[in-house]
Amino acid sequence: MAGITAYGSYLPYNRLQRAALGAGKGERTVASYDEDSVSMAVEAGRDAVRGAGEIGALIFATTSPPYAEKLNAATIAAALGLPAGLRTLELGSSTRMGLGAVLAGADAAAGGTRALVVAADVVIGAPGGARESGGGDAAAAFVTGPDAEAIARFIGRASATTEILDVWRLPSDPFAKQWEERFGAETLGPIAVDVATRALKSAGIGPADLKAVVLDGTNPRAVAVVAEALRLKPEQLADPLLGSVGRAGSAHAGLVLARVLDRANTGDKLLVLCCADGADAVVLEVTDRLAQHRPLHSVDRWLGAKRADLPYNNYLKWRGILPFEPPRRPEPERPAAPPMRRADHWKYGFIGSRCEACGTGHLPPQRVCVKCAAVDQMREERFADKGCKVATYTLDHLAYTLQPPVVAAIVDFAGGGRLSCELTDVDPKEVKIGNELEMTFRRLYTGQGVHNYFWKARPKR
Amino acid sequence: MASRGIKDRVAIVGMGCTPFGEHWDKGAEDLLVDAATDAYKSAGVTPENVDAYWLGTMGSGVSGLMLSEALKLDYKPVTRLENMCATGSEAMRNAAYAVASGAYDLVMAIGVEKLKDSGYSGLTGSRPPSDGTDSSMTAPATFSLLAPAYAKKYGVDEATLKQVLARIAWKNHKNGAKNPKAQFRKEVSLEKICASPSVAGMLGVFDCSGVSDGSAAALLCRAEDAHKYTQHPIYLKALSFAAGPAEGYFSQDYDFTTFPEVVASSTDAYKQAGVTNPREQISMAEVHDCFTPTELVLMEDMGFSPRGQAWKDEQEGRFDLEGPQPVNPDGGLKSFGHPIGASGLRMMYEMWLQLRGEAGPRQIKNPKLGLTHNLGGAPGRCVSFVSIVGNSLG
Repeated sequence: MAGITAYGSYLPYNRLQRAALGAGKGERTVASYDEDSVSMAVEAGRDAVRGAGEIGALIFATTSPPYAEKLNAATIAAALGLPAGLRTLELGSSTRMGLGAVLAGADAAAGGTRALVVAADVVIGAPGGARESGGGDAAAAFVTGPDAEAIARFIGRASATTEILDVWRLPSDPFAKQWEERFGAETLGPIAVDVATRALKSAGIGPADLKAVVLDGTNPRAVAVVAEALRLKPEQLADPLLGSVGRAGSAHAGLVLARVLDRANTGDKLLVLCCADGADAVVLEVTDRLAQHRPLHSVDRWLGAKRADLPYNNYLKWRGILPFEPPRRPEPERPAAPPMRRADHWKYGFIGSRCEACGTGHLPPQRVCVKCAAVDQMREERFADKGCKVATYTLDHLAYTLQPPVVAAIVDFAGGGRLSCELTDVDPKEVKIGNELEMTFRRLYTGQGVHNYFWKARPKR
Repeated sequence: MASRGIKDRVAIVGMGCTPFGEHWDKGAEDLLVDAATDAYKSAGVTPENVDAYWLGTMGSGVSGLMLSEALKLDYKPVTRLENMCATGSEAMRNAAYAVASGAYDLVMAIGVEKLKDSGYSGLTGSRPPSDGTDSSMTAPATFSLLAPAYAKKYGVDEATLKQVLARIAWKNHKNGAKNPKAQFRKEVSLEKICASPSVAGMLGVFDCSGVSDGSAAALLCRAEDAHKYTQHPIYLKALSFAAGPAEGYFSQDYDFTTFPEVVASSTDAYKQAGVTNPREQISMAEVHDCFTPTELVLMEDMGFSPRGQAWKDEQEGRFDLEGPQPVNPDGGLKSFGHPIGASGLRMMYEMWLQLRGEAGPRQIKNPKLGLTHNLGGAPGRCVSFVSIVGNSLG
């Protein structure tokens, strides 16, 4: 037996109002210009691995991989400081792979390997279409491990795989397409019902035993059929977050589950179903450990931290849909492989150094102490989760960025150490000396086809 | 261990300086030829008389060949060097030591930069391959950090400070208006300076130095030989340089109201020159006004103003051309722009003119000692050069 032992979630700061798209009510989350599925996976993963035991496997699911070839999961692993002996799997091509990854994590845990499962997506659609307004960007992470550590045990599951042209996209296409909704609903609906029924049967419970049900899929009408067929009461159905987030691709089922876990009690039984190219379902039972092992950031906390008025043209620029006049500055150089490799603890893990002779902190790590000049008496120290504050700052209108001005700050860390870095997810008018900050993993830019990941600071959320 | 200096052992006996500006019709090599030819003429020598060369350029060329090819030098030694925005001064410093050592009799220090070919705003430069984690702050952004820090530390409200900074720009443009070699030769009103579009922090366009092309050159020999070349040599009293450990980028103690590198290099220079009271003894200075707050802070770091007082001195006109201690009488980087390799030698060119009484409408009355200062890098992490020169020995 195995279970979920920890979890985390992440929602980007920016929201696009559907009214601004002429597409109805509510809002969708929008990954910032410096975010992608990998950076968001890191943010969700940080909460999940905090205090979890040694991770043996990382399973990453996304339909929006930053690299088509190159292990995106390796970047996540490096940023989270996961061990070098890690096994990794990367899943894609269908938004069902988020829940598929959870099932794979359950298998790994049952086989004795503690796994971090992360799903993240940046969902874009052709301007004016339903995917644009109905999609959202998010990440969700779960650690799967032994029963004894479980906050929620896996007690049932079922799957089905269906060859169907429902949602599809060629590698060269920016936007996915979807076949007629009624076709998907009528074809996938019965498959979803069958999978849900089998999952409950394998758990030895009935629909009425369920405290909460997460129904997610490419086709809302297909999953609505499940609620109807199982005669679920409205109060059993988890808020699908379609009005506040939008369907966040492969991350969505996990995101809604995370929010269910944020408010679940011991003994609650939960069904999570995702219907895309077939269906996966998992049945969970919450244990008494959940109350003590919730993440720092609940989904509602992320929901509450937002800029609600992102202009539509910013969104289009950020996603590369709208061409724009670049700043009159050189385009950033791609980072080079050997220096990135040498500095991987710093660049990804945000690991600086501390002088063992005098205690001075250094970012980036140094060999010679700036205070006492001791040579090679440093130990590594991770600064990623330390509190920090604005020592001083400026608004840089000249620097190359997709979102001028760059808010550049000198950031001082609790316990010593200083870094000159960018602030992100911040209203330039709100920045003050002394503002509390926290570090966040971002994609600074992409130069000559190479993504450059590093850390920025953001106001404490 | 000591920085002994070479006071009065080396003289500048000839100089040349091109007009600074947008030389669309001239490449870096053309500018080098112009500046070198002027310098030869100024000392009454031909290229055969010059034994060795130091060429400063940040990125407009590589190696000594850039100069030897341009001037068709007769197999002479040419050292090409770079030390960020202090590159021009660094060429002169190293050339001076070569003469002082006795290795050569007559040498040239020459600097050049061709910035206007890039098509970009501000300074650009290629960096070595990196891990991509370096701070991306532009130069104006890094220097803009000085302004709010200074305001806070000395209790100056930001509106007053903005006026002080604008006055620095106003002063330097006013001086530049009198200089035929300057890029900008117009006075600019305080209102226009204050209303200029924002670049970074409190800094508007007029708080930043311009972007230009230019070249300047100096011929140096041992002091005892100076009168072979000119009636009015100027003598090097001090040459000092400091490269910092980047303490301000690591240590939370650094507060962005000073350049420790400037304090170190100016202290050393005063010691070399025997200057004990720079506020009184230095007649005039050309300083690195890359951005207006830089000049403000420099006045304190170099001891021209007591700590926390430079803003008052600036407001009271102490550093005006007509004031008791003119700073940037030629118009500074504000009026000349900052062709990096050339700027340090352009500063020295003004000292050359002023100390010889050749500065025309900008002439300062009876100057004795002049100071040039060059800075490269950013607050907290920079290199600093200071020289002191005079028109008589002793």
